[in-house]
Amino acid sequence: MREIVVISGKGGTGKTSITAAFAHLAKNAMLCDLDVDAPDLHLLLDPDRREEHAFRSGFEAAIDADACTDCGLCAGLCRFGAVRRGPRGWQVDPMRCEGCKVCVRFCPAGAIGFAEKHCGQWYASDMRFGPMIHAQLFPGEENSGRLVALLKKEARTRAKELGLPLIVCDGAPGIGCPVISSLSGASLAVVVTEPTPSGRHDLERVVDLCGHFRIPVAVVVNKFDLNLQHSTEIERYCRENGHTLLGLLPHDEVVVRAMVQCRAVTELPETPFSLALREVWDRVANLAPQAPARLSPFTNKPNA
Amino acid sequence: MIYAIASGKGGTGKTTVTASLAAVWDRPLTAVDLDVEEPNLHLFLNPEMTAEEPAYMEIPVLDAARCTLCGECAAFCQFKALSVMGATLLLFPEMCHGCGGCLALCPEKALTPGRRELGHILQGRAGSARFLMGRLRVGEAMSPPLMRQVKALLPRNDEAGDVLIDSPPGVSCPAVNAVMDADVIVLVTEPTPFGLHDFKLAVEAFRPLGKPMGAVINRAGMGDERVQQFCREEEIPVWAEIPFSRSVAESYSRGEVVARAVPELRGVFLALMARMQGAATASIQGEVHHA
Repeated sequence: MREIVVISGKGGTGKTSITAAFAHLAKNAMLCDLDVDAPDLHLLLDPDRREEHAFRSGFEAAIDADACTDCGLCAGLCRFGAVRRGPRGWQVDPMRCEGCKVCVRFCPAGAIGFAEKHCGQWYASDMRFGPMIHAQLFPGEENSGRLVALLKKEARTRAKELGLPLIVCDGAPGIGCPVISSLSGASLAVVVTEPTPSGRHDLERVVDLCGHFRIPVAVVVNKFDLNLQHSTEIERYCRENGHTLLGLLPHDEVVVRAMVQCRAVTELPETPFSLALREVWDRVANLAPQAPARLSPFTNKPNA
Repeated sequence: MIYAIASGKGGTGKTTVTASLAAVWDRPLTAVDLDVEEPNLHLFLNPEMTAEEPAYMEIPVLDAARCTLCGECAAFCQFKALSVMGATLLLFPEMCHGCGGCLALCPEKALTPGRRELGHILQGRAGSARFLMGRLRVGEAMSPPLMRQVKALLPRNDEAGDVLIDSPPGVSCPAVNAVMDADVIVLVTEPTPFGLHDFKLAVEAFRPLGKPMGAVINRAGMGDERVQQFCREEEIPVWAEIPFSRSVAESYSRGEVVARAVPELRGVFLALMARMQGAATASIQGEVHHA
């Protein structure tokens, strides 16, 4: 089974619009939205939710004001500054609590509770191009990496059951916990960038991240005609570092038009953008036909 | 006053807005890039860096000769950073959140404090402003610990001037970490279905913090009117609209600060600054009034 993850480092380069078009063009693919923090793929694909599940992960401390003896030990022990003096004595700020349990374990009065957190919901759905796994982390919540890992596991199991040879994933921006989690076991990272100083800077960092976990990289330059000099330099960067350049997509208002109509851009009448994107997909489909290396980023780290 | 420039969706123009505000700001200023995963503000402000230091967090180091394999640390750790496998205690330092629990618990004192590199903290000057940024080490999963260390370097009182924070995208822990110590939150969005959806998430995530919040609508005129409509319904003031134009996008692609490069935008950012400062003042007066 092949697993393709679309990432970008920088946000807003066009990951989701491109992933939706991949879902349209792919035959026999399982789709998976791994941007669990700010998922947008469902806005284009209008999935019909067949299953809904609670995502519970991690714990949160809470001080029982009646049992608290006001010794303040917890505030001294907390490394995250989460125990604060409030109007009703010592309180845990849920926004700062990491769920480490140190205050709970060392409270001499046993006054601190520790409840499992309901961090979000995840869904198994059907949409017009096939099955889809997606989620919504509740705003302000953590543990996005664990939710990403859960979605990937579900997507693999279900793809196997359905005999689907391909999983296409929309990733999160950045290079932190959810992105690392989304790269685990991927056969190919499709990195979408743009010809701007930010786009280039963030491309190099996310490509380094893929190198760190030995995931092959292929690059798409979106809005390439905004700045031809940067586009040429991205091409050269890819060539010199052995990364496939999948294609250059022009700046085209059709992307926003498709979004407003809740359509994949390739579902609209053909434009130079959608033609170029079809070629990109053909190249993706012909890349990395081999089975993915089942590496876990957490255990196969070539320790830096 | 601390002003956080945030957004649910990535690529809506947080850095553009922060860099432009820094260019027109009329008080002493510290400009901070807290998007430590993909910091970009320095690409536009071109600060002269005066210091670059590695940042670390505490993790346990094992003295195997002292360890009796009692497993108390492994049973306690909420992040699976320690595990007893056969006759060894295995440590997974990249899973550690640095809570110090295992160090405090170990009855044999077999665990001692070590450190893991989180990334670097850079300081410098951009024109008359002080500049500060964090840069996460590639491969490091946790950005909040590095963000906390950058925030510890912020000026503590208003005498030292204002702070503009360029925040990471999203609405989960890194974004919340960036905005939670701010006095005012500026939410940058774009008038598209993705922009609206993620803007709603950001409002839901940040509203419980009880801070004054205003919106900046970037690329106005590009998609539809639903973001403006949502702002009206939710009584979120729109502090600025930056019209959609290819010339602004091209200026950004050349690494320019648009408030300087596009003359008609300078006034937009001056007005935005005045509204942000007004919201901060109103909120202090409100607090005094309530006290």
